[in-house]
Amino acid sequence: MNPTATVLRAGFTCGLIELRQSFTGAALFGQLLWPVVTLVAIFFLRDRSFGASGFTLGTLVLPGVLGMFVALGMLLVVQYLSADREDGTLLRAKATPNGIRGYLIGKLVTVSGTILAYLTILLIPGLIIVGGLDIGSIRSWLTLGWVLLLGLMATLPIGAVLGSLISSPRHAGYISIPIMGLIAISGIFYPITALPQWLQWIAQSFPMYWLGLGMRSALLPASAVSVEIGQSWRHLETIGVLGVWAVLGLVLAPIVLARMARRESGSNVAERREKALRQVL
Amino acid sequence: MMMTSKEVVLDVDGLRMRYGTFDVLRDVTFQARHGEVLALLGPNGAGKTTTIEILEGFRTRSAGRVEVLGTDPAHGDQQWRARVGVVLQSWRDHGKWRVRELVSHLGSYYACYSTELIRRPWDADELVAAVGLTDHANKEIRKLSGGQRRRLDVAIGIVGRPELLFLDEPTAGFDPQARHEFHKLVHSLAQDDETTIVLTTHDLDEAEKLADRIMILGGGRIIADGTAAELAQRIVGKDEVRWTRDGQRFVQSTDKSTKFVFGLFKRYGEAIVDLEVRRASLEDTYLSLVHEAESGQSQAVETNNLEEMPR
Repeated sequence: MNPTATVLRAGFTCGLIELRQSFTGAALFGQLLWPVVTLVAIFFLRDRSFGASGFTLGTLVLPGVLGMFVALGMLLVVQYLSADREDGTLLRAKATPNGIRGYLIGKLVTVSGTILAYLTILLIPGLIIVGGLDIGSIRSWLTLGWVLLLGLMATLPIGAVLGSLISSPRHAGYISIPIMGLIAISGIFYPITALPQWLQWIAQSFPMYWLGLGMRSALLPASAVSVEIGQSWRHLETIGVLGVWAVLGLVLAPIVLARMARRESGSNVAERREKALRQVL
Repeated sequence: MMMTSKEVVLDVDGLRMRYGTFDVLRDVTFQARHGEVLALLGPNGAGKTTTIEILEGFRTRSAGRVEVLGTDPAHGDQQWRARVGVVLQSWRDHGKWRVRELVSHLGSYYACYSTELIRRPWDADELVAAVGLTDHANKEIRKLSGGQRRRLDVAIGIVGRPELLFLDEPTAGFDPQARHEFHKLVHSLAQDDETTIVLTTHDLDEAEKLADRIMILGGGRIIADGTAAELAQRIVGKDEVRWTRDGQRFVQSTDKSTKFVFGLFKRYGEAIVDLEVRRASLEDTYLSLVHEAESGQSQAVETNNLEEMPR
């Protein structure tokens, strides 16, 4: 077996093992918390109608929430990378031939798998709670598929860049604050057209809005387009903006990751361990 | 394998490591041959870890030539990486993995670097047994005791059947029992598998037990290099002679204890009682060398002793 096949297989195996670990035992409760909270919110919005659109807020919000959970994969990557750097997981990978590549493939598998699980956990009860979604056609699922794929490409590499730049997992919280802010103004929980113009422009520069829009275009009936900016699903713009973020991330991530990996050594990990232990005491 | 037993696997010449204007390592030069167990000894801050991290390819040196298995570790590729083993001090990584699962997984990366001579990786069950973790093979790693975890660290370090193995303070925090077990493991690696081993330690006793050769680092330089016996005899070589004469205790340090005692008897005859000659121990050697290196760093007088050392 050549090194490329070896590392692909090892990476996938690692990803699947860690995916299983993150959905078994006590970890399962942590994984279910946010999807369940979100479903509860959707439950309370299920009968609230939005303006004259003829849709309930619950119907409008559910697809956007799927987009939000895709974007949250970015935070997962940040958390994994910073924690794995601190505890020496990354150093172990570095000490193994092709280990860093295998590690990254593994994380990609784990995070993508986690997001797929979130989407399933949200979608199945969600479809029972809210009506009016267009899920009968192949077109819906194809659109969902490409939005999901492009969304992962736009957000996971950026997460890897952010995760490489922060110095400790305790700083991961600082990164989640602006990301939560962007989600709040991204039109996922309330149509973006209700926001002031300048906030709309900020929201439209980031992937969260487009992920929400893409998911709504996949799952809502055609008539729902009336609540969107310009009464259009703007697929080309979605591909454009998500594509730019994907390219940016895919160019930057290898550079930043290589720089981070180069710096890892036993004494770095030992230093972080001592620092972390001091903070615990 | 016999033919390669003299091969130089580690060649360091004029190694320098500088942080800002401070040299952590200055002109470090040494070699290690195939199958040799080399202990790097020295006080904290002497540059042991820095040296080993440069050899592992985890740290970029400031100057000097370094070759590990014929390759500059700063530019070692993955093929080279597969031939080098590093025993890391684990903390809480891979806590949810099971012992055998992790050994087997990390081993799978080495499969494509297997050769006729060296079959990689080590079979996971055999290896888990070799480090004495068979009873815990399916345990979650976070539930292992400290000593068990370190044995797992060793297993992971050798899963690719390395030709050269680095251990940075491998027994720090071990109880005597775990230390003994660990020493047996290192012996079998060196003898049965002819693995070249470089380890750092604070523990003189450990260095003496494990290593074919001991190198003492002090003030960023190698201040001594040789077998435990050589170091004790050839560098400081001061034995301690104690005796009683006329009810009074005497103590004298001398590097020619036999001659001194002969002189003593010639002069005082049977008046000398309770005679005791204590050979210079490795510990005495170590302490005096480190003391010299730390107190006289700028004078560089103490190197006189070292020039006589075999390289």
